[in-house]
This record gives sequence, structure tokens and C-alpha cells, in this order.
Amino acid sequence: MTDASGPDARVAASVAGRERWQPAVIAAIVPLTPAVVSVRLRPQHTRPFLAGQHVDVRLTAEDGYRAQRSYSVASAPDEGDTIELVIERLDDGEVSTYFHDSAAPGDTVEIAGPHASYFVWRPGVDGSVLLAAGGSGVAPFLSMVRQRARLADPTPMLLLYSARTWGDVIARDELLAHERRQSGFTACFCLTRDVTRRSSDFARRVDQAVIDDMLARLGGTPTHTFVCGANTFVGAIADLLLAAGVPAGSVRTERYGGD
Amino acid sequence: MVTRGFTGRRPIPPYADRIPPGQHLVHDFPVLSAGPTPTLARADWTFTLRVGPRPIKRWTWEAFNALPRTAFTRDIHCVTTWSKLDTRWEGILVDDLLADAGLAPPTEYLLAHSFDGYSTNVPLADLTLGRGMIATHYDEEPLAPDHGGPARLVVPHLYFWKSAKWINGLQFTTRDEAGFWELRGYHMYGDPWREQRYTDD
Ligand SMILES: Cc1cc2nc3c(=O)[nH]c(=O)nc-3n(C[C@H](O)[C@H](O)[C@H](O)COP(=O)(O)OP(=O)(O)OC[C@H]3O[C@@H](n4cnc5c(N)ncnc54)[C@H](O)[C@@H]3O)c2cc1C
Repeated sequence: MTDASGPDARVAASVAGRERWQPAVIAAIVPLTPAVVSVRLRPQHTRPFLAGQHVDVRLTAEDGYRAQRSYSVASAPDEGDTIELVIERLDDGEVSTYFHDSAAPGDTVEIAGPHASYFVWRPGVDGSVLLAAGGSGVAPFLSMVRQRARLADPTPMLLLYSARTWGDVIARDELLAHERRQSGFTACFCLTRDVTRRSSDFARRVDQAVIDDMLARLGGTPTHTFVCGANTFVGAIADLLLAAGVPAGSVRTERYGGD
Repeated sequence: MVTRGFTGRRPIPPYADRIPPGQHLVHDFPVLSAGPTPTLARADWTFTLRVGPRPIKRWTWEAFNALPRTAFTRDIHCVTTWSKLDTRWEGILVDDLLADAGLAPPTEYLLAHSFDGYSTNVPLADLTLGRGMIATHYDEEPLAPDHGGPARLVVPHLYFWKSAKWINGLQFTTRDEAGFWELRGYHMYGDPWREQRYTDD
């Protein structure tokens, strides 16, 4: 054991750090909703990944100061030489405001990954899947839904998606199009500050009745449940799922932060 | 490589040398876990020390809390890139636990096990000599379920996923065996100063 915080360890850190990072050119930035942009990155080397994995993005200022955050990959695996991130603007945020206010196509950031193989969906696995997203927490689910469609995978998949308004639903038209194909994918929007446009949606926060309704739509307890979004959303949904009898061991959570 | 247009927000200078590479300072205490938060009654809580499959000693909540208590204040670093300075923990040092069991460490490696079925590996050397604690209190208050209560492991010098929440046992293993997260892409050791986040780092 060496002293983990000693200067030697820090030199080693900067050497080891160089290998896992690679440059990625911003190919496009497109607004998706008033608060969310799609950022398409073209990494120098394309790396294989699983739907649900995330990349770490690193930004470096003129004086060498760095900031690093994680972002789920929203594009499907095997889509080509770019990956898509969907990034929500936090007004006092350091990295999200960079992508919203300063970044432009042609600029270069650094990325590591995609990595972590826990919050992932593997096509062809038996059983039904419930995805529960709060706001930008839909990002990893877009990757899953897109991969399922590309592979024509028959897994029954239901996306429960909580957003403030109809206009805040990321990739709404695409999700509706996937649903219209009647391939076993359905979406249910819970709008917390809006009226509903479809009878299958809700104009309120996700509560126990909404969860019960989702389980009924799936014909019973889902085999795999994924929950993603801000901490409070994830905590609340996980508790509702347990109260509805969903086994804790079948629920995977990804917490984006916040209080 | 400089990112055009990025200026960034710097940590207040006196603390900069306490923030490992790739980390940023937070003042709240974000929650991170793989699944739902289990609710555990203290009456049902037990802690088991094992060597391989063999249980050596089991403590009830009462017996566990009768062991010598220690407090320490440490910086913690989560692999999702937040760091928090000066967090205060109180509980039972792994040293005191091993002493109470009268066990001379039989191997160099341990797995920490949790009530929700998760596990993580930590070398013995990182848990002893005051470096690792089974904490029952955070910031003078009983540990909240979201933060791993009734009790969690706290190994502050490693990324915080090593500090297993809802801990219910420690197990000596003959080899360094990967735990739940380590089997799923996270680093076997997890030193924040060497940015050992993922398997290949
Ligand atoms: C595995 C993983 C995947 C992620 N994927 C995505 C993604 O696909 N899209 C995306 O937009 N974000 C994602 N995030 C969150 C992202 O990493 C950043 O935390 C987020 O962009 C805020 O960074 P920032 O620098 O703008 O704000 P910061 O400067 O870090 O924080 C500004 C303020 O916002 C608060 N805050 C931080 N995160 C949140 C949050 N999620 N909700 C509300 N308040 C918050 C902070 O406490 C602070 O007060 C992911 C996080 C993780 C751990």
C-alpha cells in the first residue's frame, strides 16, 4: 500500500488518465425541447457499447482547469461513427451550460467510455421491461427503444415518462412513431404541469395508481425494471414499485443527481 | 486538449488540492445506489463475519453497538464525479470488530456484503489501522436509509461505491474476488487519486 493521496499517486494519475480519454468532435447540436439539446459526438475511435451505458465527458479550460460529468448514450449501439447525448440545461450548471451556450459543431471535447455494464438492457432476454424516466433520465431508454426497433426485438417494453409539459417530452414524435408500429412498445406520459393529449396519459405526478396501471398494461410484474432521472424522482418511483410488489432485485436505478 | 469556449467554475483555491482528478465539489450529499432503498428494522439487523463460507461471529444491533465507538472526519469521492469534504462518520472500526471476534486476519482480501444482495471487494490493508469503519451515524445523526442505514461501510480513501450501504457482513476470501460493481465494469481497487473508475483504468 502506498499513500493513496501522495504526489507519486497524482503523477501516476495523470499518466494513466491520458490513455482512457479520446477526442470527440461535436458533429451537431440540436435543440430537442426548451431545456434540452441533442449533442452528436464523433469520437476518434468508435467503441462498441450496450444500450444504457454512459460516457464521461471532460472539458478543459485555457489554464488547464477541468470539469468532468457523465452522460448516458441516447443513440442505439451500432448506429455508425457518432453517438448522441441529450443534455438538460441546469441554469447554475458548469458543464450543461457549456453545451447549451458555448459549444458549436466542429468543437472538440474529450470522452471516456461508454462504460459500466449494470444499467444496461440486452436484447433477446426473456420477459417484459418497464422503463421509468424523469426528464432527461429518458436518455438511456432512447438507446434501448431505438436498439429494440432496429433489431425488431419482440420484448414487451413500456416507457413511463414523467415530464413537465407535452413540449418537454424529449423525442416525443419518435416515441409516438415507435408506439404506432404496434410492435410491443408503448409509452405513457405523466405530465406534471400540463393537460393530457391522449387518454392513455396522465396529467399528474407518478403515484401508486399510475404504477398499478403500468403493471396492468404489462400483464403483471415486469421481469426487468429500469428507473432513471434526478435523485428524488428515482427514490420516489423505486418506493412505489416496491409497494406495488415489484421485487427489489429486479429494479435497477440510475441517479443523475440533484437533491 | 483545450475545449474552445469552456471557462468553468473553479473550486475555492484552498480546497483544490483535496479534489482528485475528474471530481468536483458538492455541498449536498447525493444518493447513489443500484436499486431501491431497503427498509431494515434495527431489531432484524445482524452483522456476520465469515472466513470463506464459514461464519465466525454474528452480532445483533445491540451487541454491535456495544463495541468501542470511533468517529472520524474525512473527504469522500463518488465515482459519478462528486466529492464532499469533511464528512463526519461514527461507528465501529473494522479493527475493533476483528478484535472482538478474536480473529487474526486469515487472508489479505475481504468482500463486504449488503442486505440487498450487493457486494464489493476491499483489501484488508484498506480496512484496518483505522482506515475502514462500519458507520451507524453520519453528521451526528443515525444513518438514514438512503445513505445506507442502519449501517454502512465507510472506506473514505477509495471511491464511495466501495463503502457498501446496508452492510450485513464481511467475508475473508483467499483471492481478491470481484464484487457486484466490479463484475459490472467498475475498477477492482478504486483509488480516486489514480482515477481508477472503470475496469480498464
Ligand atoms: C450515470 C449518469 C448519467 C447521466 N446522464 C445524463 C444525461 O443523459 N443527460 C443529462 O442531462 N444529465 C445526465 N447526468 C447528469 C450529468 O452528469 C450532470 O450532473 C448534469 O449535467 C449537471 O452538470 P452541470 O455541470 O451542468 O451542473 P453542476 O454544476 O454539477 O450542478 C449545478 C447544480 O445543479 C444540481 N444538480 C446536479 N445534477 C442535477 C440533476 N440531474 N437534476 C437537478 N439538479 C442537479 C447540483 O446539485 C448543483 O446545485 C448523468 C449523471 C450520471 C451519474
